[in-house]
This record gives sequence, structure tokens and C-alpha cells, in this order.
Amino acid sequence: MKEAYWEDTMHSILKTSLATLVAAGVTASSAFADGHALSGELKIISDMSNPAPRAVMEGLVEDFGALHPELEIDLTIVDREAWKTQIRNALGANPPDVVNWYAANRMRPYVDAGLFADISDLWAEPEFEALASTKGAMTLDDKQWGVPYTYYQWGVYYRKDIFDQYGLSEPTTWEEEVANCQTLLDNGVKCYTIGTKFLWTAGGWFDYINSRTNGYDFHIALARGEIEWTDDRVRQTFANWRQLIDMGAFIDDHQNFSWQEALPFMLNGEAASYLMGNFAVAAMRDGGLTDDQLDFYQFPVINPDVDYAEDAPTDTFHIASGAQNVDAAKEFLRFVTSAEVQTEINGGEALGQLPVNANASIDNDKFLEQGFEMLSSNANGGIMQFFDRDFSAEMASVGMEGLQEFMVFPDNLEDILARLEETRQRIYQ
Amino acid sequence: MSSADTNRGWYKRNEIAITPWLFLLPAMLFFAVYVIIPIGQSFWISFHQWDGLGDKTWVGTANYERLLGIGDQNVDRKFEVSFWNNLRWLVLYLLAIPAGLFIALFLNQTVFGIRLYKSLFFFPFVISQVVVGLVFSWFYLPNDGLFDVITGWFGIDVSGGVLGNPNTATYGIIAAGLWPQTAYCMILYLTGLNAVDPEQVEAARLDGAKGRKMLWYVILPQLKPATFIAFVVTIIGALRSFDLISVMTNGGPFGSTRVLSFYMFEESLSEFGFRMGYGAAIAVVLFFIMLGFIVYFLWSMYQDEKGAR
Repeated sequence: MKEAYWEDTMHSILKTSLATLVAAGVTASSAFADGHALSGELKIISDMSNPAPRAVMEGLVEDFGALHPELEIDLTIVDREAWKTQIRNALGANPPDVVNWYAANRMRPYVDAGLFADISDLWAEPEFEALASTKGAMTLDDKQWGVPYTYYQWGVYYRKDIFDQYGLSEPTTWEEEVANCQTLLDNGVKCYTIGTKFLWTAGGWFDYINSRTNGYDFHIALARGEIEWTDDRVRQTFANWRQLIDMGAFIDDHQNFSWQEALPFMLNGEAASYLMGNFAVAAMRDGGLTDDQLDFYQFPVINPDVDYAEDAPTDTFHIASGAQNVDAAKEFLRFVTSAEVQTEINGGEALGQLPVNANASIDNDKFLEQGFEMLSSNANGGIMQFFDRDFSAEMASVGMEGLQEFMVFPDNLEDILARLEETRQRIYQ
Repeated sequence: MSSADTNRGWYKRNEIAITPWLFLLPAMLFFAVYVIIPIGQSFWISFHQWDGLGDKTWVGTANYERLLGIGDQNVDRKFEVSFWNNLRWLVLYLLAIPAGLFIALFLNQTVFGIRLYKSLFFFPFVISQVVVGLVFSWFYLPNDGLFDVITGWFGIDVSGGVLGNPNTATYGIIAAGLWPQTAYCMILYLTGLNAVDPEQVEAARLDGAKGRKMLWYVILPQLKPATFIAFVVTIIGALRSFDLISVMTNGGPFGSTRVLSFYMFEESLSEFGFRMGYGAAIAVVLFFIMLGFIVYFLWSMYQDEKGAR
């Protein structure tokens, strides 16, 4: 026991000092290039409140502080859920310099209200070419409003041992997907677990089925309110979805469960797969699944005429327009997105997600490797940010409620679509 | 006016008239700042479209028109559902009063350990509503929950689970809310029963009253103040039901358990909300519903006091 403890401590000491060293190497050059040392106070408010992200954020501040000893960094960490409503007040009076938020349409209210600073000049720097893949998600009105620091893939996580037991292989087409599912159901195993109590999980299914049926461009146009919900192409999406619902592919009574409460069905083997973000892997491993039992595949093709589009929500840093120390804030954004820091904070020991910098390396983890491979070479349609970030807030909340209802009472579809269409016309008039 | 009077200071001369106001001033100030002015602001905001950040846009009564379906639009369905759910809460929550009375009568005896029983019955009111909500949502869980197991013995199966079925979810939550509310009413009645005049009971007994008649004609009239307070707290409790809904169903499934206070929160302050104007309009409607009850309570209290004089 004691030895293990000692080893652990040594390990973490080594790791921290290594990290600092690496970090020091990176930004020393850029700080010199600036020609003057940063000073004053840098106020950061972060929503990275879960244990692992919190450690990452604190580590970031520590390393950045070590590089700029003159700079006094004031870090406040706010509960992640609470931050979603607190950010408004925080950005209002006496704003901090740097805040966490989300990409795409979720930035819209703050951009429109002039609370986020335009940092297009930062994106024009040559170092930021390595972040090109996420530039679109950070762009509104042809300007960039923040930088990403991590993202993660979505896809179907499945029980490899159950698939092997019934002689199934990873499906690549909708027909195979449905056939696999039928085999599982015949053997008394549900195809998918899902918990829709908090609605957003149903949004993931819609994103995938809609973008696979009608393509990325159609999906985004729908998100922008340019297409009617009662359009036949939207109906086709729901018809495809209904195929699975009518088969009984999803676990029963899913409207009672949160996504975590739906996990045991997969852990017990009552359900074989889960359409989820990569953050679920940690929970599945904690639940006792080994990497031999757990695997991942990309959501299959439905319409061969459209390219793969993938959900890959991006988490971000922004500079408040009322920031007092813009130089330091920009330097911090450069620091966070640099290849070395990206490699470190997205490692399996830290966030366990994908780095946004193309020059960063992926941690040695089969899900991260597969995810990175999928997003960089097999997502030609585009990257979606997820239903509740691509659609405007009100459309998203009404929409997700409708999706949940559809999953329980598919016969109500007409009524649901009429309701969504009414909402769309009111919001996007 | 005598010269002695003019020699005294202005305050001294008006002391009797001013002092009460001085004592009232702090309370009036705080009541104004925290209650009266915010109510006025809510009214003001409800005539605007506002995301809480930028400028307010004056839209007149458009928010109310959308809410109530005036003109060529349909009445807001979420509002309709919330309103009817509020009514369900109001009516069914009142069951806490007879239930509380029954338990109070049952516990109003002197046997060994009665204090312990009383505190156990009072227990649900002491624990947080969030805990009550959690306990009941586990109780209602489909397949594993105790409720589902018990109804299973009788061959009843609520599809989707009690909280997952839009037809039963609201009733499930009200039942959970009745648990602490009954305890509250019970404690009110227990204190009321202490004040029952033993001589009247004795006299009634000599006249041959017992059982139901004794309760109805002798005990209950003496419990009228307790009943009134129980009525007030239950009505108000029903109208502000929020935490249980938020914990147990989060307004779902598909918004079928929303009540006005929850809908107001969702529209104005939740993650996808920040439609302050519309949220304020709901708040105003809820305010008028509450006002109706409050006026009734104040009026009947006034009548009682007048009668007592």
C-alpha cells in the first residue's frame, strides 16, 4: 500500500513538472515575441466544475501563471449547470476577462448583445491555421468570437461481447443496422438504451437520423429555421426513426431516466448499444465494462447520396467585450490552443477528449483514436454541434420535447410537427 | 393654540401621530423594495419582448394575446396544460386537510411513546421537498419501484411508469406533495385540539353526543381557526408547487406536468429560456389567480374579526 502511494505521488510529481516544462517551452517563445511581459490581473471564470475538468483548469492557470510571473490570475470556477444561467449576469457589470462557453448558435445571444469580444485578429495569426477544423463553429456574422479547447465525438457505443455472441458485426448501412437490431430483439436484448428524461438525448438521435437521411446542409437549414417542420423530407427522417421505434428497439419507459440512469441496461446486457458522446465511456468503464467488451462504430449510412455528418460538440473560451486585460486574455487563448497544451489537457488522465489543434497528439485510447480518425477523415458532410446548440434556444426546447413525445407516442407525429412548425414560424419570422 | 404648545418641538407636538409611522417605516420600505416594486416591474416587463440582456422592445399586450390565444392564434398549449394542472393541484391538495385532521385525532391520545409517533408523522414535513421528490420518484420507478411491484400483484401496469405516463404523472407528483402537506395540517390540528375546551366536550357527552356527531357539532367548530390556517397554507402550497415537479419530472413527460410557476421559470430563467417578457406575462396571470385567493382570505379574516368584536 505504502509503495503504491509513493509511486503514485512520484508519478504525479513527475507529471506536473513535465507538464510545466513542456508548457514553459511552448509559450516562452511567443511571450518573447510579444516583446513585453504581461502584467496586471487576469480574471477567468470557468464552468469546468466536474473533478477532472476542474483539475485541468487549475493546472492551466498554474502553468500559465508560471510563464508570466508578473501576471496575477484570479480563477473562479462555477458549477457547470449553474453557469448556463449565470453567464448573463457575469458578463454584464464588471465582467471577467475570459469565460467558458459553447460554440455555434449558443454564442448568439452574447454576440448579439455585444458581450463577447471579436477576436478575428487572433484567428488571423498563422498558429491558428491548426485550428481550422473548428473555425466554422466559432464563426458568427463572419467573425470569430472565441477559441475551442476540447471536443468529443458522438457515435454508437456497443457491447462487443453481445455482438460476438449473436454473430453480429458493426453495421455500415441502415439495412444492416435494422437487421442487427432484429437479431438482438429476437434474442431478448434491446438494441439501444436511452434516457430521455432531460430530453437532449433524443436530440442526438434526431441529429443523426436527419443528417443521414437529408444531409448536413439540410439539417443546418432546418436548424436556422429555413425549412418547414412539416416538409416531406423531415417526415422521411421521422419515418426512418419510427422503423426502430415500432420494432421496440429502444428500452421501455425511457422517459423516466436520465442518461446515467439508462446506463445499467447496457452494463447488465439488457441493451446492446448506446448512441452517446464520448464522455459516456468513462461511466461505462466505471460500471465495469472492459475495453474488450466495449467498442464504437460510426452511425451508419441511411441515404448513400449524402456524406457523413457528425455531432462533435465543442467547448470554448471567450474574451468578454468588457475585459480589462485583453493582452493577457489573448495570450491565455493562444496558450490553451497551442499543440502541446492541447495534447496535455485532452489526455486520458485529464479531459479524455479530442484536442482541437491539428498538431496535437491523441492520447493512446481506442475510443479517442477512432473518434479522431472518424472526425478528421470520415465526416465530409460537416460537424454538427448538437441539437441544443445548433437550433435556437426556444426551438431546441420545444423541439426536444416533441422528439421525446414522438419516441413514446409515435402516432402523435402530426400534432408534434404542427406544434414545431407553429413555433418555428413564430421564432424565425 | 397655547404658548406652551408652540414652545415644544415639532416632533413632540406630533409624536402620537408620527411614532407609529416611524415604527412601520422599515417594514414598509422593505415591503416596497422587495414586493411592491418587483410586482410593478413584472407588469412592465410583461409588455415587452426582452432576452434579459439587450434592449427591451415594447410589444404591448402581444405576450398576453399569445398566452390566451386572443386574435387569430391558438391559445398557448403549454399554458393551457399548466393552468389545468394548477387546478388539479388546488383541488387534490385540499385532501391534505381531512387527512391531517384524521391523523391528528388519531394521535391525540395519551399512550406510551405518543411523542415519538407524533414526531414520526411530522417527519415528512421536516425533510426537504427535494428529498421527498427523490424518494417518491424511486418509489414510482417502472419495474423496480415499490409502487410498480405492488400494483403488479393486482395485475395493474401503468405503461411508462407513473411519472412517465402523461395521464398519471401529475397525480403521482400531487400524491408525493400530499405526504408532507398532510403532516403540516396534522400539526396545525394537533395544536388546535389542545385548545378544545374540555368542559364543552364534557357537557356534550352528558347530552349523549358521541362519535361522528361529537366531532361534527362540538370539536370541529372549535377547530375552525386551525382549519382556516390549514386551508390557507394548503392553497398557497398548491399554487407554488415547483420543487417537486422540478425534481420528479422536470415538467415532463412532454411537458404534461407543468404548472404555471414551473412554466414561468422555464420561459424566463431556465437553460433555454430568457424570454423575460413572456415569463413575466405568465407571472402576472399567476399573480391574479393568487390575488383572488388572498383577497378571499383577507376578507374572511376581516369578517371573523368583526364578528369577534
